[in-house]
Formats: sequence, structure tokens, C-alpha cells
Amino acid sequence: MLPEAWIVRENLRETEDVVTLVLEPGGSAAPTAFAPGQFNMLYAFGAGEVPISMSGDPGDPTKLVHTIRDVGPVTAALCRLQPGELVGVRGPFGSHWPVADQQGRDIVIAAGGIGLAPLRPVVHHVLRHRGDYDDVVLLYGARRPSELLFTGEFESWRQSDIQVVVTVDHAPADWTEHVGVVTTLIRHGKFETEQASAFLCGPEVMMRFTAAELESKGVSPDKTWISMERNMKCAVGFCGHCQLGTEFICMDGPVFTWPRMRNLITVREL
Amino acid sequence: MQARVLEAYQLHTLIGLLRERGYCCVGPTVRDGAIVYDRIAGPTDLPVGWTDEQAPGSYRLKRRDDGAYFGYVVGPHSWKKYVFPPERRLWQLKRAGQQFERVDEPSQTPKYAFIGVRACEIAALRIQDRVFTGGEFTEPEYEARRELAFVVAVNCTQSADTCFCVSMKTGPEVKSGYDLALTEVVGESHYFTIRAGTDRGREVLASLKTSAVNEAQRSAANTRVRQAAESQTRTVDTEGIKELLQRNYESEQWKEVAERCLSCANCTMACPTCFCSSVEDVADLTGEHAERWRRWDSCFNPEFSYIHGGEVRKTTASRYRQWMTHKLSTWFDQFGSSGCVGCGRCITWCPVGIDLTEEVRKMRAGETS
Ligand SMILES: Cc1cc2nc3c(=O)[nH]c(=O)nc-3n(C[C@H](O)[C@H](O)[C@H](O)COP(=O)(O)OP(=O)(O)OC[C@H]3O[C@@H](n4cnc5c(N)ncnc54)[C@H](O)[C@@H]3O)c2cc1C
Ligand code: SF4
Ligand code: SF4
Repeated sequence: MLPEAWIVRENLRETEDVVTLVLEPGGSAAPTAFAPGQFNMLYAFGAGEVPISMSGDPGDPTKLVHTIRDVGPVTAALCRLQPGELVGVRGPFGSHWPVADQQGRDIVIAAGGIGLAPLRPVVHHVLRHRGDYDDVVLLYGARRPSELLFTGEFESWRQSDIQVVVTVDHAPADWTEHVGVVTTLIRHGKFETEQASAFLCGPEVMMRFTAAELESKGVSPDKTWISMERNMKCAVGFCGHCQLGTEFICMDGPVFTWPRMRNLITVREL
Repeated sequence: MQARVLEAYQLHTLIGLLRERGYCCVGPTVRDGAIVYDRIAGPTDLPVGWTDEQAPGSYRLKRRDDGAYFGYVVGPHSWKKYVFPPERRLWQLKRAGQQFERVDEPSQTPKYAFIGVRACEIAALRIQDRVFTGGEFTEPEYEARRELAFVVAVNCTQSADTCFCVSMKTGPEVKSGYDLALTEVVGESHYFTIRAGTDRGREVLASLKTSAVNEAQRSAANTRVRQAAESQTRTVDTEGIKELLQRNYESEQWKEVAERCLSCANCTMACPTCFCSSVEDVADLTGEHAERWRRWDSCFNPEFSYIHGGEVRKTTASRYRQWMTHKLSTWFDQFGSSGCVGCGRCITWCPVGIDLTEEVRKMRAGETS
């Protein structure tokens, strides 16, 4: 499968090591619909190709929005791309956050660090269909305030009646919000546990503890989803890299129900 | 279709007919002390009069006292290298305005005839068919090569010490998935019984000089295949094997095997069903041309599971667990069958002789003790 060329329209700096790329279709590419939680393989010409989730609005497929943390050669090359330059795209791939199926329920979104990027399409979906849901809570944590993503949008999300509760591990003196891990935020969100659907994305330990904590508070494990990350070369089930026990993260995931993952992610080095 | 008899010297004609039909004939041949698959021009390129002696961690060629063409079993190579090449450039691109333009010449799909495919190897090809063509996405190159490939199967008339196809229900008799199937009988006379399994096989068979099989010839052929099965000593109890491995993720056994395993990846390279690969993207010095290469990879390589922050599988114990559990267990969940056909390659070509059948036995024993 050949990468299709998309054109970088904007390169927006989010934090010291994270940028958001806004892409529009190049010569032969055509916009394709995607569901929240799906990902594309993004190809930095000659440098390499890596899986990156959509972080934009699924209601507007005319452009692609990806939020990328620079952690190595390929993500560094992607983060450097300037408006007008080309980026290769294959996708969309993978399973999605079933937010559209949760009408009438409370929505709990819990994210750690860059994990908010794959969840922002859920927020977008909720914003477009706010009346479909009851209470909506975003619990978001990062190591320090400077690493929080999309902070400029929090106010408008709050205006649409989304509770945005934020925490950091290390707080400077002027920090007025919470300090501690994401799990400690659960009690600060207002929602009915029995009618809540939860979407979790972040480091595996964060997802594990958050899912367990939500379950102990009464959120149904079957209504809790997490998104998994593994090394991935092809995204179509051929390269074998992304296996986790019985699952191929690229095809069966990246979004799984919590019960599907619970027994696998607690096995070390699986 | 009724089996026919093909005199041994007519093997030459068979290979000739395939070549006339545009096939590149590949088959077993002796190189550097092992039987490997390579191009063959005719029967004399086959390992005539050779046999192999295999054991965990050991492989040796020996002279036979007859002129058998197929008097050995499987070596370090498998047919996967022809349908799923070890190293392949997938494409070359250049930037052209607002798009990428493909600049490599479209390559012609090679048309192979595989000479001497064993029953377990047909099972392995079918397993890779499911991996590359049986799901939501199809690997076009694999599909094209596989469709063109003409399979001349050979029934095994002997087993190596490392073979366990009987346990895995894949051999030694070839039952389907072939264009032509041969059974070699060497004795007072030297002949093959030959059957066609497809139209293109029937067409070739019809062009060969063959005779009707008599009862003695049929029974001589059947006896040899039966003896191959009966002489097999290695076994695996496959009852509940999928569940067995998946409930032993935390077993101490993985640490024990890791004390011997070198994480060398030989087992995965030799295995006819292993399909993992990696890609490398490169650009030329001007940065205007880029290409993507795909190479076989192995779950034993440290970078295989690398994600930001480190490898997921840091220890050899976790890599061996991944490999063996995938082969014998999670493959069922993913592709509806075992990932092991019982060919024994991983046992023979493991430098320290680790034997997965023995590991299964230990695992069962560990549960009952
Ligand atoms: C489904 C999915 C969605 C993702 N979404 C995002 C996203 O929205 N934003 C974002 O910043 N990152 C995301 N990632 C992680 C991102 O793919 C990696 O950070 C990236 O592959 C690192 O490549 P690199 O060459 O820059 O760095 P290196 O760390 O040097 O990577 C070398 C190679 O290892 C592999 N690799 C390394 N880290 C990872 C990783 N964490 N996950 C998978 N493969 C890895 C890649 O094949 C890469 O080519 C996602 C990963 C997956 C699996
Ligand atoms: S796991 Fe070993 S015995 Fe089984 S098919 Fe692969 S190489 Fe052959
Ligand atoms: S089991 Fe044997 S062949 Fe496989 S990686 Fe370990 S030492 Fe190498």
C-alpha cells in the first residue's frame, strides 16, 4: 500500500516537543472519513513511517489533524515539516472509540500526556452532539503544566458543559489546579458511575489504575475502553510486530474493551 | 484422478515440460553440506543419492546406497522465500509537485515451479495463504507469486528424527494443495507414482509418458509413505494445546529455556510459517528519491518490540514465550489453525537444540506435578 501525499497546511506548536499538523489532500489523495480513535501511518519522506492517531474533528474529514510528540527520528522529521511540504498518509486503520453508540449516557474521558490526542476526536464528537449525552467529564493529567495539550481549548469545552479536570505530577508555585495522578481526579468529576462510559488513553499503568479505580467505583468494565500502543510497521496485520497475545493491535485495536485487555496487559513483557 | 506410473528417468521430461511452459524450476539441491532450495535445470541438480540425518541442533548429509532423487526430508530453507522474499524493495518514490510518483519499473511476477514440496510444506504454504490473503487486507505480491506457482509435491518415504508431522496432522502423505504429486519408489526398479490435483497438473501429466499403476506398484508406494509415518518418533500432544500455553504465560519454564536460548532467531528464519517482517525507509543523497525495503524480521530481535522508552520484550524468556505461544496457541485465535506444521526445522537448526515438543511435554508435566 503506497502512502498518499497530503500537504501540510499548518504546523502548530503545542508544547516543547509536541506539534499538531493540519493536512489537506495532495494531488491524488481524497479525504476519507474516520472514526474517533483511529490512526494513520504517517510517512516522513525517506525517513520512515509511524502510526499516529487522528486528533482532529471526525465531523470534518476534509482535513487531517495529527498531534505528534517528537521522540525519535521519524516523529522528529514529522514535527519539522513546514506548510507546503508533503507527508505520506496510509489509513485510516484500526478500531475506534464507540462514542456514537453511548447516547444518553455519561461520558468519562481520561487521558495522560500525549494520550489526549487520540481522545480529542471524542471531545469533538461530543461537542457536535452535546445533547446526546448526559454528564461529560474530561480527566487529564501530565507531568508538568507545560506538557498539557490543547489548554487553549479547555475554556470553550467548559462552555459546552464538559467538565475539564486537570492534574500534574510536578506543580510550580503558581499552579492552582490538582496535583497527583489521573486516578485521583475521578472523585472530582460529576457523573453517575452506573450510566458512565469511559474512554482511557495514556501510559499503560495509568490506564490500568484508572480502569480498576473506575470499576471499583461502579463503572461497568464492559463500558470502559482503552487504546493500546505497540511497535507497528504495516498496520494491516502482516508485519507481526504489534502482537499482544492473541491480538494484533493494528487490526483488532488500538481501541479495546477493558475486559479484553485486562489479563493481557498485566502479564509482564507480553 | 487415477495415479499413473512415471519411470524415474522421465523426471527429466517433467522438468523439461514445466520449463517449456515458462516455469522457473526450483527445488532441493546440495550446497555447503545441506539441502537447500535453488534453481534447478534438471534432475541431476537434485540431491541424487543423498540423505540427511537430523537431531536437535544437528544436521548432516550422508550418502545413500541408491540413486533416490528425494531420499531426504526438509532442510534449512522453505518455499516461503519464493512467495515472501527475505528482502524486497517495495517501491521507489519521488516527489512530483503535490504528489508522490512511483519511479520503479513494474516487476514481472516470477513464475515458479516448486519441485519436491513435502506435505508439511504444503500445510505451511496454506498457513501463509491465510496470513497474507485470508483477511481484510491482501498482500498482492504474495498472492500473485503463490497463484502462479506450480506445486510438484513429493510424498515423504522416510522421516527425520526431528519430524512430527503425524502429530500435527499435516503429513507425511500429501492430500491436497498440489498440481502434481509424486511418490518415489527405489528398489529393483526406480519409478514414481504420479497424480494430478489441478487442471494445469492434468495438462502436464497428459503430456508425460506414463503407464497404468499395477497393484504391486501401488502397494510399494503406499507402504513407503506408511513407513515414514510409522517411523516417526517425535510427538506432540495437541489436545488443548491452545489453552495450555495461554494459561502458562507466567510459568517459570520460560526462564529455564531462556538460560539455553541465544535469541539468535534461527528458529524463526527456518520456520516455514513465520511471517514477521520489518521495513526500512531510505532516501538518496539529494533527498528527492526514496524507497522502502521489507526484510524478514524475528520476534527474537530486541528492536522487534521497541516502542518509545524501550523494548516491550526485554528478556529472552519473554521472546521465546512469544514465539512458542504464537506458533502453538495464539495462531489459532488469529488464523484458525496451528502455526506449526511439525517440520522440525526449528529443532534441527537451533544451535543449542531447543525442542518445542519437549517444551510442551515439560509444560504439561509442570502442571500435573
Ligand atoms: C495506534 C498508535 C497510535 C499512535 N498515536 C500517536 C499520536 O497520536 N501521537 C504521537 O505522538 N504518537 C503516537 N503513537 C506513537 C508513535 O507511533 C511513536 O512515537 C513513533 O512510532 C516513534 O517513532 P520514531 O521513529 O520517531 O522514534 P523511535 O522511538 O526511534 O522509533 C523507532 C521505531 O520504533 C517504533 N516505535 C517507537 N516507539 C513506538 C511507539 N510508541 N508506538 C509504536 N511504535 C513505536 C516505530 O516503528 C519506529 O519507527 C501511536 C502509536 C500507535 C501504535
Ligand atoms: S515451529 Fe518448528 S516444527 Fe513447527 S513449523 Fe515452524 S520450524 Fe517447523
Ligand atoms: S530457540 Fe534456538 S534457534 Fe530459536 S532463538 Fe533460541 S537459540 Fe536460536
